Amino acid sequence: MAPQHKLVSFTLNGKPTQKMIDVRASLSDMLRNDYSMHSVKEGCEVGECGACTVLIDGETFNSCIYLAVWVEGKDVVTTEGLTGEDGTLSDIQQSFVDEFAVQCGYCTPGFIISAEALLRENKRYTRDELRKMMAGNLCRCTGYENIINAVEKTMEERLEAKAKG
Amino acid sequence: MSIGKSQIRVDAPDKVTGRARYTDDLCDKNALVARILHSTIAHGEVKSIDTSEAEKVPGVVKILTCFDVPHFKFGTAGHPWHLDPGHRDVEDRLLLTSRIRFYGDDVAAVIAENDVAAAQAVRAIKVEYEEFPFVLDPQEAMKDGAPQLHEDFPNNILGHTTIYRGDFDEAIKEDGLIKVEGWYESPTVQHCHIEPPISYAYMEAGKVVVVASTQIPHIVRRITAQALGLPWGSVRLVKPYIGGGFGNKQDALYEPLNAWLTTQVGGRMVKLEIPREDTFFATRVRHAIRFHITSYVRPDGSFAAREFEAFSDQGAYASHGHGIAAKGMGAFPQLYPCDNLKCDAYTVFTNKPVAGAMRGYGIPQAMFAGEAHIEDVAKALGKDPLDYRKQFLMPVGYADSFSRNVNYFDSFRQCIDKGMEQFGFREKQKEYAAQTGDIRRGVGLAVFWYNTGVWPISLESSACRIVMNQDGTVQLQMGETEIGQGADTAFAQMTAATLGIPFEHVHVISAQDTDITPFGTGAYASRQTYMGGFAVRQTAEQMKAKILKHAERMTRMPVSNLDIRDGNIVRTTDNAVQMSLGELATNVLYSMEYSEHIAAESTYQINSNAYSFGCSFAEVEVDIPMCKVKLLRLTNVHDCGTLINPALAEAQVHGGMSMAIGYGLSEKCLFDEKTGRQLNDNLLDYKLCTPVDHPDLTALFVENHEPTSAYGTKALGEPPTCSGAPAIRNAILHATGVAINEAPITPHVLFEEFSQAGLLEKTAKSVPAMAGADR
Repeated sequence: MAPQHKLVSFTLNGKPTQKMIDVRASLSDMLRNDYSMHSVKEGCEVGECGACTVLIDGETFNSCIYLAVWVEGKDVVTTEGLTGEDGTLSDIQQSFVDEFAVQCGYCTPGFIISAEALLRENKRYTRDELRKMMAGNLCRCTGYENIINAVEKTMEERLEAKAKG
Repeated sequence: MSIGKSQIRVDAPDKVTGRARYTDDLCDKNALVARILHSTIAHGEVKSIDTSEAEKVPGVVKILTCFDVPHFKFGTAGHPWHLDPGHRDVEDRLLLTSRIRFYGDDVAAVIAENDVAAAQAVRAIKVEYEEFPFVLDPQEAMKDGAPQLHEDFPNNILGHTTIYRGDFDEAIKEDGLIKVEGWYESPTVQHCHIEPPISYAYMEAGKVVVVASTQIPHIVRRITAQALGLPWGSVRLVKPYIGGGFGNKQDALYEPLNAWLTTQVGGRMVKLEIPREDTFFATRVRHAIRFHITSYVRPDGSFAAREFEAFSDQGAYASHGHGIAAKGMGAFPQLYPCDNLKCDAYTVFTNKPVAGAMRGYGIPQAMFAGEAHIEDVAKALGKDPLDYRKQFLMPVGYADSFSRNVNYFDSFRQCIDKGMEQFGFREKQKEYAAQTGDIRRGVGLAVFWYNTGVWPISLESSACRIVMNQDGTVQLQMGETEIGQGADTAFAQMTAATLGIPFEHVHVISAQDTDITPFGTGAYASRQTYMGGFAVRQTAEQMKAKILKHAERMTRMPVSNLDIRDGNIVRTTDNAVQMSLGELATNVLYSMEYSEHIAAESTYQINSNAYSFGCSFAEVEVDIPMCKVKLLRLTNVHDCGTLINPALAEAQVHGGMSMAIGYGLSEKCLFDEKTGRQLNDNLLDYKLCTPVDHPDLTALFVENHEPTSAYGTKALGEPPTCSGAPAIRNAILHATGVAINEAPITPHVLFEEFSQAGLLEKTAKSVPAMAGADR
């Protein structure tokens, strides 16, 4: 079967873009191969590990089991998109650094995206609720302890900032 | 002073932004792609291979089979090379094999222009096999007449070692002894690093270059050269950031095959990424070990004699082999010393995935069995399990004649006391003493024994290079590898401390390149902060001496009156800053009289080892009718010497505890008895812990400065994995009165055990519905 290509137009990390994409490609393959979004990691390619998590129109998806062509007209955010133009880390990225939530780092960008999605809700969750909401991502290094700490810390910071108006 | 501070990881900012490059991030997107055809029988011989249909798949570049590979047998274990042939690893592998020894063995490889073509071609290859009977259980495999895997190993026994002391047969005749006996079963588990094994290879400047996700670049270079029959210098191994290893990547996995594949396509770049499913059965697993332990105990609790047998499931090839069972056995007489001992450890080939190194290297298995057994001994004697351990554990001052390790401090008792107090062990013990009803709680503890590195069994050597920039900052290069544990950060802290410069002035070159990096054997045996520490200190001291020599000339002050503090040359007699290191370095480098690029490099050979001890405390809630265990709390206490970076140490402990929880409650590779095929080769059916499977984890430390160590530190990488599972097992015993001698303690296991104990009688009618209710 000869590869078929299709023009895909979408927004990546805030910027409109379009490219001819192999219709068989997964979103994770497209983001890695065509856009060099190296934060999108592949750990299983069947939607089990969560390392490839991205935001699509504000919702988390495993990009390895999401066809690239499906992002037509949608808004995609990867971990690269959370970092400021000047390289400044976002609050949740900084918390992962400060709370020692990073070890090998391979699952880290996926966790940060899952965290960002729930943090955008601006609600206070218990640690148990946070654990449940982060359960789509697997980590073998950290025991999740410092990851939950980092998410909880940023959640409190954002709630405080919101309360201050 | 940078030691003892929770410095931010040097690699964290790059890892939270996606800037940190892992193997696949570096590979050319147009590289050829390879896929491996794995056998679909557990034991037999490949009679013929028909690749004609596969060759027709568009995009296929080359198909290579077991009949094409060079015949250089090689061993895969990530051990240092040994000059004595008798101490080398068993060399039983070929790049691809016609003699099939497990379901999933490597038969052929396809190189294609893309992954889809490679996968299609693999499916189109037709293999004709002659099937042999196979054996999946090590004790069955030892029997006469069992299917034989390797000609050189009769009865499939790869290794059998013993520890016999005193007169066991006479000692058990003593009057009034209580005999406590048990069989203990530990599971086959997999490392499940989130980055699957991956490499890519190409030829350049007459060399085969392999970029790989490995813990041991210098060792994999050597093994790759051996497998291809090349001079060792003709292989260059590059290791970028790696997404976890846990011992699986302390083996040469598919790097040698990948290196050979590029030579078969004119040196074009070939990428070989192992799919997650194949990672389970075709890379390495932890040895499942079955233990039989018998203790003959006096009424006062002291041991008259002890017997220990271990049957370790090696799987199909030798890899790390008997080292794992031998290490597990080695801990047994040291932990609870006894004069009369009969210990036998067997490592046995079976037609299963290959067992290799995994975090803890035999000790999680041995601690599950040994600490379950000690709990049973205490129970049989009517003694408190904590007090009993404190009374009979290795005494302070104990010295092991082989490793020369000395229990300098009373680490065990200090750790137990600290854990007991902070955990509230005594209070909970009382609270849960007399429970009835369906839901019951319990607390338990277990200790672990560990040592640091591989001396005196193997070489311990580490090299370091420090190079100064014109601004007074330095580059640090180590042969030891960052695999996520934080080694780069710890080495930077050591360098800063010894050299007298700010932590931020040390830039660690994390990527390893065997053509450039000084030699080091890599990340294993919890060795790096201890072993690498010696090399860092020696090299930094040499560097400092060079700098002060220049400072002497420039300041006209004697070296003995000078020091480097916070990046400045300081006159120690009045603490006056003479100049910054930047001024000195620029001046020296561009001097028209005495120009020097200030650098130091040295190797340190380490002829010591160090004990690293600790314990775990667990609290569980058991739902008896549902046969379910909920872990409510887990606390680990470690004496790993001086903490170089307390926050990183704590993070290491969390990760190990998580692995121990999976080991105790949920993780197990399952095999089809009819075919030998693994049944749960994916992250959905293989139950490693998710965030909801743990409670909050507590890591505590007792810091006794290790006297043999360069920076007072010793093993921490693996120890956190060692005592969690038996602590959970003992907590379940406390809660229910039922001793479970099989890990993981799943609802399936509990259903059988609770049924036998009569705990399920009143709910017997609902049993059929519950039996399948595993999560």
